[in-house]
Parts: sequence; C-alpha cells; structure tokens
Amino acid sequence: MIKNIFRMCFISMVIVLFAGTVFAAPPIKIGAILSVTGPASFLGEPERNTALMMVDEINKAGGINGRKIELIVYDTQGDATKAVQAVNRLIKSDKVVAIIGDSTTGNSMAVIPVVEKAEVPIISCAAGVKITDPVKKWVFKTAQNDSLAVMKIFEHMKEKKIKKIAIITVSDGFGASGREQLKLKAADFGIEIVLDETYGPKDTDMTAQLTKIRGSSAQAIVCWGTNPGPAVVARNVKQLGIKMPLFMSHGVSSKKFIELAGEGAEGIILPSGRVIVADQLPGNDLQKKALLSYVNNYRKHYKVEGDHFGGHAWDAIMLIKEAIERGGTTPAAIRDQLEKTKNFAGIGGIFNYSEQDHAGLTKDAFVLVQIKKGEWKLIK
Amino acid sequence: MDNLYQYLLSGLSNGAIYALIGFGFAIIHNATGIINFAQGEFVMLGGMLALFFLVFCGFPLSPSIILSILIATVVGIIFERLAIRPLKNAKPIRLIIITIGASIFIRGAAMLIWGKDTHALPAFSGNDPLYIAGATIMPQHLWIFAVTILVIFSSRLFFNHTIIGKAMRACAYNAQAASLVGIDVRIMVMLSFSISAAIGSLAGIIIAPLTMTSYDVGIMLGLKGFCAVIIGGMSSGLGTVMGGLLLGLLEALGAGFISAGYKDAIAFIILLLILFFRPEGLFGKKETERV
Repeated sequence: MIKNIFRMCFISMVIVLFAGTVFAAPPIKIGAILSVTGPASFLGEPERNTALMMVDEINKAGGINGRKIELIVYDTQGDATKAVQAVNRLIKSDKVVAIIGDSTTGNSMAVIPVVEKAEVPIISCAAGVKITDPVKKWVFKTAQNDSLAVMKIFEHMKEKKIKKIAIITVSDGFGASGREQLKLKAADFGIEIVLDETYGPKDTDMTAQLTKIRGSSAQAIVCWGTNPGPAVVARNVKQLGIKMPLFMSHGVSSKKFIELAGEGAEGIILPSGRVIVADQLPGNDLQKKALLSYVNNYRKHYKVEGDHFGGHAWDAIMLIKEAIERGGTTPAAIRDQLEKTKNFAGIGGIFNYSEQDHAGLTKDAFVLVQIKKGEWKLIK
Repeated sequence: MDNLYQYLLSGLSNGAIYALIGFGFAIIHNATGIINFAQGEFVMLGGMLALFFLVFCGFPLSPSIILSILIATVVGIIFERLAIRPLKNAKPIRLIIITIGASIFIRGAAMLIWGKDTHALPAFSGNDPLYIAGATIMPQHLWIFAVTILVIFSSRLFFNHTIIGKAMRACAYNAQAASLVGIDVRIMVMLSFSISAAIGSLAGIIIAPLTMTSYDVGIMLGLKGFCAVIIGGMSSGLGTVMGGLLLGLLEALGAGFISAGYKDAIAFIILLLILFFRPEGLFGKKETERV
C-alpha cells in the first residue's frame, strides 16, 4: 500500500515536471550591446545594470504574455569593431528578436548596416542625431538628441535676453556634436556666438580659454562635455572670478559632477532628463510614476543613484516589452509595433515614434535644472 | 593686458607641475640610464592613495600624505626588484619597454582597486582664488611652487653634499668604476627608484586638488613631465624646472593667442623638435654626464 502511494507520488511528480518543460514556452531572447568598460563606461555600466534589473523585474512579474525574457549582454568596450562582431553573434548564433545599444553614437552607427541586412530591430541608447536622421527602417533610439538640449538652453537665454555667448566644448564626439548644434541653432534664437573655444578630454586646466572668454563681450558661457572636463571648467570659472552665468550640457547631469566641481558647481544651469529631479516634479507629470519607480528600484538594487544614462536602457527594454505585448515576438512584428508607439511615458521623455520619426522625443524631454547648494533644483 | 598676466600665471603654475613630474624621470635616468615610463603612474598612485586615506579612511591630511608617499615608494621598490633587477645587463631599451608594461599594469591594478571614476581631493588651504596684478591663482598653486622649490633644493643638497648622493652620481658616471670603489650599484638603482616614486607621488598628491585624479591621469601628466625633462636635458636640477615652466608658458600662451585645440600639439611638437635638433636639451651641455 505504502509502496503504491510512493509510486503514485513519483508518477505525478514526473508528470508535473514533464508538463512544466513541455508547456513553458522558450524565453524571448533580447540582445544588448553596451560599452560597459572602456572610455564610455559611464554610459554603458548604468545601462547594463538597468537593463538587467528591468529584465529581472519583468520575469518576476511573469514575463511577457507568459514568456520569460532572456537578455544577452555583450560588452563592446566602446570599440566599433567589437560592436559589429557582437551584433553578428547576437543575430546569427543567439538568434535574438531585438537588440538594444550601443551606448555611443559611433558604435551605434557602425552596427546599423548589420541589423538592416538581418532585419532585426535595434534601439540605440546613444544621443547622436544621425542615428535616426534620416530615418532607417530598423533603427530607433531612446537618448534625447543633442539638438533638443541646445534648444532648451537657448529658449531660456532668449527669455533672459542673453544675446551674446561664448562656447567651450570638448574635442571628442560628444563635444563636437554639441558644438555643431550650438552653432546651427544659435541664429534661430537671435543668439550670437562671439567666442568658440575647445579643450582636450584629458585637460586639467582651462584657465587660458576662460581668460579669453572673460575678456570677450559674451554674456554667458556654454560648456559642452562629459566628466571630468566640465568640472575643471566650473572650478576655473570660479578661480578667475567670472560672473557670467555658466550653462552646461546634459552630459554632466549626475551627482558625480557636483561632487567634482565642488563650490564651482553653484548656480550652473543645465538641461537634463527628468530623472534627477523626479521628486520635484508636479504630480500631474506623466513621467513621474515611471521615474520614481526607476529611481527607487535602482537604489534598491545597486545602492547608488540611477541616472538618466541608465534611463535610456530602461526606455529601450520597456519599449520592446510593450511592442511584444501588442504584436508578437518576430523581429518584423516588434519593429512594426515599435513604430506605432504612442505617448509612452518613459525615463527620457514621452515617446511618440512614427514612420517619419524614430527618435520620438521633443524638447520637452528635457527640463532645465540649476545647482543650488549641491542639489538639483528644477527651474519652472 | 589682464589676459596676458593670466596666461603667464596659469602657464607658470602648470609648468611647475610638469617640472615636478619631470624630476622623477631625471633621477632614474641619471642613476640607470633608462627612462621610466611608469613615472606618470606614481603620480597617479600619489593622488589616488591620498584620496583613499583622506576621503575613504577619514585620516587627517598630513598622515594621509605621508602614508601615500610611503606606499608609493614601496611600490617603486617592488617594481625595481621584480621588473628591473632580474634582468641583469639588459640593454636600456629593453628596460624602457618593461617600464611601459609596468605602467599599464599599475594603471590596470588601480582601475580594479579604485574603479574608473574621477575624484576630487579637497584643497589644502581653501578654494578662494588669490589675486596677483589682476590675474588669479589658487592657493593650491602656491603649494605646488613651494614643493617644487623645496624638492630642487633638497635634491641639490642630497646629490652634492651627502655620501649616498655622491655615490649615486658616481654610478651615473660609470657604474663599473663605482662598484670597484665599493659602491653597491644595485642599492643605488633601487634608491633612485624609491626617490623618484616618492617625488612622483608627492607631485600627484599636491596637484590632485586642482586637476582631480582618476586611474588614468598618469598617462598625460607623465608625458608632459617627460617633455619637461627632455627640454631640460635630463638634468635633475634647474634645467628640468626651466623646461617645465617653458612648456607650461608655451601651452598657456598658445591656448590663449592661437587656439586651445593645439595645446597638446604644442607640447609634443616641442618634444620632437628638441629630440631632433638638441637631444641634449635646451640647457644641457653637449655630451656631458648630468646628474
């Protein structure tokens, strides 16, 4: 009798196990190429962390339409060759249905021909305008265009009647793109760039350039770069006793910048994604819910503050998730559904993709913040 | 005119940094005939260690500085023991390549230990700029000037008036003869590595409040120091100081009056010109041994 009960138990267990393997659908494979190490690690690392965190969350909540997601991440180290190899591997051997990344504009551009040929949708986390302009059928992006940040600054200057500015930009891809956009958009807002200075990414002293700016007729300074250069600029501005307002790019909208620039950070104004001022947003802000959940989640997982770079990956994963929920799991279906994304309130802004627009954001994706006493203050 | 003063002052203060870093190159070169391309990494180590003790361990300033210099010196000694001494009678070029390898190793290790972030060290005596004839410098610059002058004087005293210093000079003139009169050449080489590691890390500590520090600052600072010492003709005295100040001035004036885009180019064009036309340096005499 007892033997029989054991046998029954055993058989039922086998059936349950067997049923589990038969009926659970295989996971949906999504690929990620991110510059986790190397010069762009300040982008790639939070992006990878965020993507892994999100996939974990989605799987815990039961996956997408009952299927789990499997995220395959390759570190491209900021190297375009590695990015192309990684995308090939994702498409050919891992057989992913969609890809997110890369973190930099250069790498994102390098992999476009590969995904177009294989017809797999990719959502880039880089900011370069040329990634989605002109529109490419299989390519989307979540990071805000540099031009939107420039317009946000100029709009504010126009309000404050600032007509003459000096710009100081870093001589790398990010700075060059910012410089191009600053020069392109200035005239539209009635602003004249009286001095156009640059500095090297590893420079540790910008007093020469800033001295020149101090002697010019500029009414404000715009600095375009990523840490640590702008922190040196901020410190040097203070050292030289320059009283003109200092504007920075969204490239420094992380706590690290305030820490590095110290007292020099006081009063600096910059455009940023909403994530750093999530708790200051008015209650009716459409993104507030997503932002707060991201910020709290990230803090819980990684014990550090989430930044808007990680937010680009959050948006990419969630956009893919929603596309799959609506339309299925083939690369073509995901692509078609991505294009139909409307009013998706993410971390970077409110996305509206269309056939003509694969960047999906307006300048309202940015808010202007000012650094006061070492904290971000939303400028309303 | 205000601008000119500021360029001069900025140039001189950066030049003092380059000179101090260049010093370390000169000391090792003069004792061993090799150029230690890991010198920049000692500068980085100084800054990062000081940051570690000061900010993470919460030690007061002076013990942090002393501890950092001590540890960097120990690293210098270990480096010499493990990477330089085992290769007896190796040609200088092989040793130089080893120092490049060591620099990559130290940089990588620093990245693993402290991560990739840039960090700022608090200034020693405040952040309020000082005004001199309409131009400004930071109080930290005065520290740099003071330490540079102190290092020059003490190295003068050391090399000319102490028995060990004289022994080191003897090794530079002729290692074989020096060993014949009873000087332990190996000890002197080790000593030169520890002194230059100490000076390098000291430089790294006092510049970190200004330039900030991260695992990879050593490359560029090391190269600039190398330029300074080449202009100065590998001297461990005034030559390198003049070389550093000249380099700093040209950079600042170039950035101010021509374009900041050429700042690094200026340094390296000078380096190439000097190496082509006056390899003995602007201030060196031809074909003499220098210490």
